[in-house]
Amino acid sequence: MFKLLDGPQTLGRGRAFWACFLVVLAGALIYPVFADSYDVGNFSYFLIWIFMALGLCLMWGYGGMLSFGQTFFFGISGYAYGVLAINMGGGSTTIAALVLSVIVAMIAAGILGYFMIWGGINGIFFGIVTLSATLVLAFFLGQTAGPEWHIGPARLNGYNGMKGMDPLTVGDFDIEGSALYYVMVALIVVVYIALRMFVNSRIGNVVVATRENPQRAEMLGYDVRKYQLLTFVIGSGLAGLSGALYTSWGQFITPSSIGLPAAAMPIVWVAFSGRSDLTATLVGSFLLLFGFQTITVYSQQAALVLMGGLLLATVMLAPQGFVLGIGKLVVDRWTGRRRRDANPALADARRLQSDET
Amino acid sequence: MRTPPSLTPAACNRMRPDMALVDVKGVTKRFGGLTAVSDVDLTVNAGEVHCLIGPNGAGKSTLFKLIVGLYPPTKGTIFFDSIDITEERPFARVQRGMSIKMQAPSVFKELPVRQNIQIALQGRFSGAERDAEEERLLTLLNLASDTGKLAGELSHGQQQWLEIGMALALKPQLLLLDEPTAGMSPEETFKTGELVKSFNAEGMTVLAVEHDMAFVRQIAQRVTVLHLGEVFARGSLEAILQDEKVAEIYLGTTHAH
Repeated sequence: MFKLLDGPQTLGRGRAFWACFLVVLAGALIYPVFADSYDVGNFSYFLIWIFMALGLCLMWGYGGMLSFGQTFFFGISGYAYGVLAINMGGGSTTIAALVLSVIVAMIAAGILGYFMIWGGINGIFFGIVTLSATLVLAFFLGQTAGPEWHIGPARLNGYNGMKGMDPLTVGDFDIEGSALYYVMVALIVVVYIALRMFVNSRIGNVVVATRENPQRAEMLGYDVRKYQLLTFVIGSGLAGLSGALYTSWGQFITPSSIGLPAAAMPIVWVAFSGRSDLTATLVGSFLLLFGFQTITVYSQQAALVLMGGLLLATVMLAPQGFVLGIGKLVVDRWTGRRRRDANPALADARRLQSDET
Repeated sequence: MRTPPSLTPAACNRMRPDMALVDVKGVTKRFGGLTAVSDVDLTVNAGEVHCLIGPNGAGKSTLFKLIVGLYPPTKGTIFFDSIDITEERPFARVQRGMSIKMQAPSVFKELPVRQNIQIALQGRFSGAERDAEEERLLTLLNLASDTGKLAGELSHGQQQWLEIGMALALKPQLLLLDEPTAGMSPEETFKTGELVKSFNAEGMTVLAVEHDMAFVRQIAQRVTVLHLGEVFARGSLEAILQDEKVAEIYLGTTHAH
């Protein structure tokens, strides 16, 4: 198990790394004691998106599949949570609604992924098809304003969005404020650890081999399509988790959380962070979301412009990702020696290469 | 994600001496108007080293890709171990006991050497057995001191060796080699030949597409010559080497007459 945690596919290993991990975790756990409840709520809000980023990191960085469809599954799961929570009557059933809506997103990912992967769609076309699906869903939900668009008592409400579902509840206790914050932190730790173990496992070995050279991987006796589908379903399921949590957090969801600007966001977070590593994605997405949230308070336009600027800067200055680059630099300085395999030519070759795979 | 049954090649071949391990029957492959392979029959017997030779454009690589499953044939049937595999995808054929070394080194360039070997091994071995096999292969391939390097940082020859090692890691009944010595020095070529012979001695059947006649002389027991997509000649190495018509298509008419 420890071998899986510190395997070849994840940067950051050894005592120093895990000590840092525990310090950060401890900081996160005592944060609500010192912060006011408004800030804690805000934190919970932007931690919601971390799952989506980690899922994209898995698909894009490890699996070589650039999915533009994270908000597609976010939306499916978000709306599914609304429909289920309203239809099942709220209360403790919201937990079941959360689980079921993530499963719905994973089934949708299984179907879309099956047709794409078995149909031989890869590289840039993978992005195009997933983006198309995302836009179609956003437009479809946008035209559901009429009263005929309802599932049971749950009205879809077009661009105004769906509302009126219960938040996550156990018995009479609404999971809100600090409780929700702790649920988020726990979920992130579980997902992060599980993903680390996944990418360092035998399956993870085949996933990265498929990214590097799908034909060669197949020639070693692996049905690479199954591995790609599995990666796609897990990555998209994590977007679904974000979606269901989002709906339950705000008790509403609109098509605008699916459409183009929203769909581009996970790509920016993951590209900026360094898509080839889970830890870099976790840290980078957190920093970006935190910064975005802070700036949005003053000006939403400024925040969007900053995102665009960051994406440009990443592509031009640090194609492998800023957080990953800085992290590697710090580690190199810290250990006082260059990693033997830190070949600059190869690091360059690692730039945004998803369209080649 | 099924783990293929791990029959040792030696055991397999002892059970059926001189049986056709690969049987290609009347296979044709057309690309639009071009017939790359035309009604070809090819038999590779269990336990032999069989070379597929012929001038450029003879259809060797196409035939090879048909056997591997990278192309579907336009017509004809391919049997492996008496099972019709014509419709099977490459991974399924590999699970049946084929293993392939592609023409250009196609190792996983951005992964360390050791991980390349592990990815190849993990389908067949696990635990201590896998670790032992890993070390054995790395030593055999002279890569033991480079395990931490990225495969893309190896020299061309070393990448070819790593690629051969990955093909061998599967413990195949049939090893398919597509120009295994391309870009190798004569010395490396010779060493590769000895390696192939040593695995054949342990019972592995080998089918190689090869340009380098010195290499063919070194390893081949039987030879099939392709010319313009058809079988031009076949037989033992000695017979083929003395065949004037083969020399003719290889070297042009002036030499033969």
